[in-house]
Amino acid sequence: MSATTAGRTPSAVAREARGGGVLPWLALPALLAFVAFAVIPLVGVLLLSFTSWDTLGEIKLTGFESWRAVLTDPGLPHALWVTFLITVLSWAVQTPSSILIGVFLAGRQRYRELLAVLYFIPLLLSSAAIAITFKALLDPNFGLGAGLHIDLLTQDWLGEPSLAMGVVIFVVSWQFIPFHSLLYQGGVRQIPRSLYEAAELDGAGRVRVFFNITLPQLKYTIITSSTLMIVGSLTFFDLIFVLTEGGPSDATRALALDMYKRGFQANLMGQACVIGVILVIVGLALALLLRRLGGRNPNASQLEGA
Amino acid sequence: MGLPLGAALAACGTSGPAPSGGGAGAGASGSGTKATYWFLQGPPGEAPRTAAVKRFNQANPNGQIAITTIQNDAYKTKIKTAIGAGQAPTIIWGWGGGGLRSYVQAGQVEDLTSWFDQNAAVKDRLFPSSFGAATIDGKIYAMPCETVQPIVLFYNKKVFEQVGVQPPQSYGDILDLVKKFNAKGIAPFSLGGQSRWTNMMWLEFLFDRIGGSEVFQAVFDGEKDAWNNPASIEGLTKMQELIKANAFVKGFSSITADSNADQALLYTGKAAMMLHGSWSYGIQQAQGGDFVPSGGLGWMNFPPVDGGKGDPSDTVGNPGQYLSISSKASPEQKEIAKKFFANGLLDDQEQKDWVGTGGVPIVKGSDKLFAGSKDAEFLNFIYGVASNAKVFAQSWDQALSPTAAEVLLDNIAKLFQLSISPQQFATNMNAVIGK
Repeated sequence: MSATTAGRTPSAVAREARGGGVLPWLALPALLAFVAFAVIPLVGVLLLSFTSWDTLGEIKLTGFESWRAVLTDPGLPHALWVTFLITVLSWAVQTPSSILIGVFLAGRQRYRELLAVLYFIPLLLSSAAIAITFKALLDPNFGLGAGLHIDLLTQDWLGEPSLAMGVVIFVVSWQFIPFHSLLYQGGVRQIPRSLYEAAELDGAGRVRVFFNITLPQLKYTIITSSTLMIVGSLTFFDLIFVLTEGGPSDATRALALDMYKRGFQANLMGQACVIGVILVIVGLALALLLRRLGGRNPNASQLEGA
Repeated sequence: MGLPLGAALAACGTSGPAPSGGGAGAGASGSGTKATYWFLQGPPGEAPRTAAVKRFNQANPNGQIAITTIQNDAYKTKIKTAIGAGQAPTIIWGWGGGGLRSYVQAGQVEDLTSWFDQNAAVKDRLFPSSFGAATIDGKIYAMPCETVQPIVLFYNKKVFEQVGVQPPQSYGDILDLVKKFNAKGIAPFSLGGQSRWTNMMWLEFLFDRIGGSEVFQAVFDGEKDAWNNPASIEGLTKMQELIKANAFVKGFSSITADSNADQALLYTGKAAMMLHGSWSYGIQQAQGGDFVPSGGLGWMNFPPVDGGKGDPSDTVGNPGQYLSISSKASPEQKEIAKKFFANGLLDDQEQKDWVGTGGVPIVKGSDKLFAGSKDAEFLNFIYGVASNAKVFAQSWDQALSPTAAEVLLDNIAKLFQLSISPQQFATNMNAVIGK
């Protein structure tokens, strides 16, 4: 200690000592919560995946039996495909809309502030409430289309596989675009004014400014928002469960639903845990990939003076 | 008043409701011990069940029962989770059959055989057919209770009159009616297909009427490739023919039975017929305005299939509901539960309450109570079906183990979506026979 700090000013020594002594303590509560609520359950899930358990009786060690059952089940590739579709489609719908709305709401005009407040209302509603509402509106016999006698709206929305998938994407987007717009609004407001002033002096038009300044400057916001969206849609459950229960037949049965159905309806907890492990692996891989896409140093700031 | 409200609030929570008063702290004074009892929320059953417990609690200030009501589809998951976690209520409400078997195999419920031997009167006054689904490997693990609920073919008399047709006397008539109603823009059958067990009721009757009750019995007994029976394949094929002929209301696969939207289709006249449990009568009466009182609702047993081997008196459904006692409950709680089974359950008032909801109590001679009831006609019909049925089969999803039942319901959804063929259905189901 004394050897390394020799020759420094007293204040530097004090700062280092504080940094070394206090900072780990600050991380402790978060670390404890992480171990208690993430690491331990994860280990539990991994262990259970090597057992057979009907949730009622004894837990029996069965080695790779559950893994074999899940990996040879044609339901798994299907569930992976459905999850992939939901992830990609909801990302493709949400990201452009969120960026545009976020940029629009970043303006400081009064009416935009008002719109921003109105626009965030879906965020305040629970997924189950949203799902029940849309389900009632889309009912082919008692819903909006039947009530207003509009044939275009009177479809078997949740009974046709492709329509049901479309409805799921639409409702997910309806619910989460406000949240991501909020991220982008914050991101846009942090872009230094000077960049826009310089562009204005150079005579760049609005479209040019958007593509050459706003969008590149939002790079890290896009990565953050995409990570949340993609990892979030992997575990998407409540809304789909209430809306379609994975149906019609298994058209919207994503991995998370498959996991629930196996674990809690078919009483095959071992197999459900296998799917849980697969979800964790896919989620981690995607999150890592997205961080890589963000460049070498994702913590580097683009802000003025940093 | 406070009790049901508190129970309803407790049921709103997403985590398992804590058994109020069942914990160690509450039992300290000795007289404060309470048995806990969870059951299904909403009409028609909640009111009679709640009232029976209330009367029992008034009569037994030292051994009370605390109730929690839970919504139908959520209950099945919640009760399993609670039992697995050792947090089961003292009294476990259920459907008997395969679900009860899984509790028994896990050693979670009390064997009541000797108790029934000692209290023969409790057993003798109930329909003998109600004990089948309570009996696992020769031992009784549940107290049958409440009502018989055969599946009935309901129809809207007003719509039949309007179109000028008669109720079907055979499966051939059904096919003719499908064409006639479709031509008038009325859905022939209402169906809450998203709930899946609703679709299953159709297969149960088609299998029985085509090949007799032994077709499904073979599945239940674990016979290899039992689903490949020609009668089974014929039933599955007829099912898909009906779907292709637009026999079911548009969008049926997105309608749930929990919201009662399928029954609304019938009493609003958007659909002409509906195959549903007898409990639907009480729901239509409660929600259908003057539809039931004005004589709009008709009912019959499922008609025979031409050339079929099944006995047309056979029926299927719930031969009763079932109450088991958790083996994890304290001795005091078990005593309270047994006392409730012997003295509280299905007392005269509860029988009358069930009759009032359009239900037929599983008590022998309960038809005496029907006199003067505005529903006497329906109640006598159900009493007749239940007591005359050559075979009163239990619903398939209740009879099978939860694992096999989930595969069954899943494949039924696919069959109704026309995404698998009858043979694929049979192959998929053969794979889980005996599991």
